[in-house]
Amino acid sequence: MKRMPFSLRTIIAIGVISSLGVIFPPQAEARKLSVVCTTADLAALAREVGGDRVDVQPIAKGYQDPHFVEAKPSFLLMIRRADVVVTVGLQLEIGWLPPLVTQSGNPKVQPGASGYLDASQFAEILDIPTGPVTRAMGDVHPLGNPHYWLDPANGRRIAKGIADKLGQLDPTNAGYFAERFKDFDQRLKAAEQKWDAAMKPYRGRKVVTYHNSLPNFARRFGLNVIGYVEPRPGIPPSPRHTIALIGLMKRENCRIIMVEPYFDLKTPNAVARETGAKVVQYLPSVGGEKGVDDYLKLFDYNLDLLIKAFAASQ
Amino acid sequence: MRQLIFISALAILIGPRLLAQEIPTRAADSSEDVAALRQRVYELEQRIAVLEQQLRMLLSTQAAPPPAQAEAQPPAPPAAPPSPPSPEEATQTTAGQAPTYGGALSSAKALNPDIGIVGDFIAKAGRNSEQPGPSMEMHEAEAALQAIVDPYARGDFFIAFGEEGVELEEGYITFTALPGLVTRAGKMRSSFGKVNLLHNHALPWVDRPLVINNLLGGEEGIADAGISVAGIIPAPKGLFLEATGQVFRGDSGEDEAPVFRASRNSDVSAVAHLRSYADLTESTNFDLGFSYARGHNELGSVFVTNLYGLDGTLRWKPLRRSIYNSFTFRTELIWSQRRELPALQRAFGFYASADYQLARRWFLGGRYDWSERSREADVTDRGGSLLLTFWPSEYSQIRGQYRITDYDRSITANEFFLQLLFSLGAHGAHPF
Repeated sequence: MKRMPFSLRTIIAIGVISSLGVIFPPQAEARKLSVVCTTADLAALAREVGGDRVDVQPIAKGYQDPHFVEAKPSFLLMIRRADVVVTVGLQLEIGWLPPLVTQSGNPKVQPGASGYLDASQFAEILDIPTGPVTRAMGDVHPLGNPHYWLDPANGRRIAKGIADKLGQLDPTNAGYFAERFKDFDQRLKAAEQKWDAAMKPYRGRKVVTYHNSLPNFARRFGLNVIGYVEPRPGIPPSPRHTIALIGLMKRENCRIIMVEPYFDLKTPNAVARETGAKVVQYLPSVGGEKGVDDYLKLFDYNLDLLIKAFAASQ
Repeated sequence: MRQLIFISALAILIGPRLLAQEIPTRAADSSEDVAALRQRVYELEQRIAVLEQQLRMLLSTQAAPPPAQAEAQPPAPPAAPPSPPSPEEATQTTAGQAPTYGGALSSAKALNPDIGIVGDFIAKAGRNSEQPGPSMEMHEAEAALQAIVDPYARGDFFIAFGEEGVELEEGYITFTALPGLVTRAGKMRSSFGKVNLLHNHALPWVDRPLVINNLLGGEEGIADAGISVAGIIPAPKGLFLEATGQVFRGDSGEDEAPVFRASRNSDVSAVAHLRSYADLTESTNFDLGFSYARGHNELGSVFVTNLYGLDGTLRWKPLRRSIYNSFTFRTELIWSQRRELPALQRAFGFYASADYQLARRWFLGGRYDWSERSREADVTDRGGSLLLTFWPSEYSQIRGQYRITDYDRSITANEFFLQLLFSLGAHGAHPF
């Protein structure tokens, strides 16, 4: 057979592939910072502080369960061009983010590099297990509850953290980001006063939630979460647990069941029929419904739903 | 010791402020400045109060573990100060209040690699005179050890413990700091097609398709020590193109019937893969891949085996119901050209498989197999399987597979497999 030595061929092949990376470098310089956020909530906060001087892209949609996102190659393309990747952390994205970041070939956003921002470092974290953690408890998060963005105080801290990071990566616009944060902070403060006033009559009300997604929200707005539709985190409802839950809700006179849009309504509806409670399909994330497209509207929407439900179940 | 840290933190926090504030006071004495200073002093008082409280708490609960403190602590000082704090101030604040914020786990084990083990138990009923297997076996316990090596690389080890031996299934370093290219070195499963990349526990079936067994080295597959370079190729918007080039020592497949065998050091094998992917809608996507592998077979250095592959995967997963319903169709077509004496053996085979997720924990699947044999290209094996999988949780699954295989159009085997998969520890993500 006429052929060149095999090893030479392979060297050429590798050379060709490597030169692709050199000819087409992954990003061009002197442009807007590209911010990729794992969830729509982080993206909403990044937009608040980044304004039109950054390019923000979320990975998970607001109506999607952020625990179970598929590591699609299209996300790889986003991360590959990113200057910053903002994550929720606390192992929420453990099932899909690490391979995307590793395969992105983008050194800037590897864990530990300047472009990898774990937002949980800014937030107040609840439900950090104090005793031994085992999977007998279900899908527990050993580092604490990752649904922390549903407290406006945490939203403010995350926004500040993102603004600082953007300013650090793009010093010429640092003042702009700080200014945007200040503005966001003020709007959030005004909204918080409004929300607090609206929720005042309902503080201390008992609710049941589907998944343990609401500890921060419940604490902030004075809800008393007495139980969950899931017997344990990540385990679908079982008949025995459902019966126990119905008993509990009747005893405690709890009239509200809060469910994320990505969970099945069959069990919550059955429980509601038995107990006379109302099922409230709240949004855990920005973008869960049309029109709920920023961080403030997320709370407007959820609190409005809740207040209506409380008023109806008087 | 802790008090000392807190007192010094206090000093660091306040010291520079006091110095900085003296100058404006002397420079201008307008009422606005005084108001601003008052506000400043008020903020500092607040902060000192919080720190004092933390100090008191530390003194009273010296022995308590940090998480307990975190719960006992008062919520963060409400209402951020009117002027946004400077970055240095922010870092100091988080440092001072470290016990309340962040999920960092301060333990001695922090730098250990993530450890996970997946157990794979298989029970079998039925007769198969062509490829007999045990009635029950602990097929494999796969240990995964994964961690970041340093700022430039990460390391992954997958060690398979069988009932009789231990094997390094994969063990490689990935250089993450090279811009644009993902470079790996070590022992790895090669990127030929789709199934070849999958570990046993990640397969959608109990077994591997006939074409993989006949042409691609079965469970072992094309897995070897070598170097891999992958790069994303610029493509029109909406299309993802990735090229992978790999060079291996040249030893792959089961010992009795290897796919590639290096008789000399220069008998290296090579694998190339081109992957294209497109999102058709937000819930549907299509994946198309071309693979090529070349290496020397066990007959000697001049005997070359060429393998060509085509793989297609169609996935549907509605995002709103993503945990309840999904559908996957996958197929792989493989052509093998094996140089032998007296002639070239040309064999072809394929499988087509579909999985439908009925409910959150239930999956129904089916597969059709058709394949010639690489060493006897005129012999054809066919088969069909029906599967039902139940996931008690994310960390375990129970799978039943009924399989009919027709070997050489003469020997028929009817088998039923029951597989239990269970995973302990860190749950590494699977390739998509």
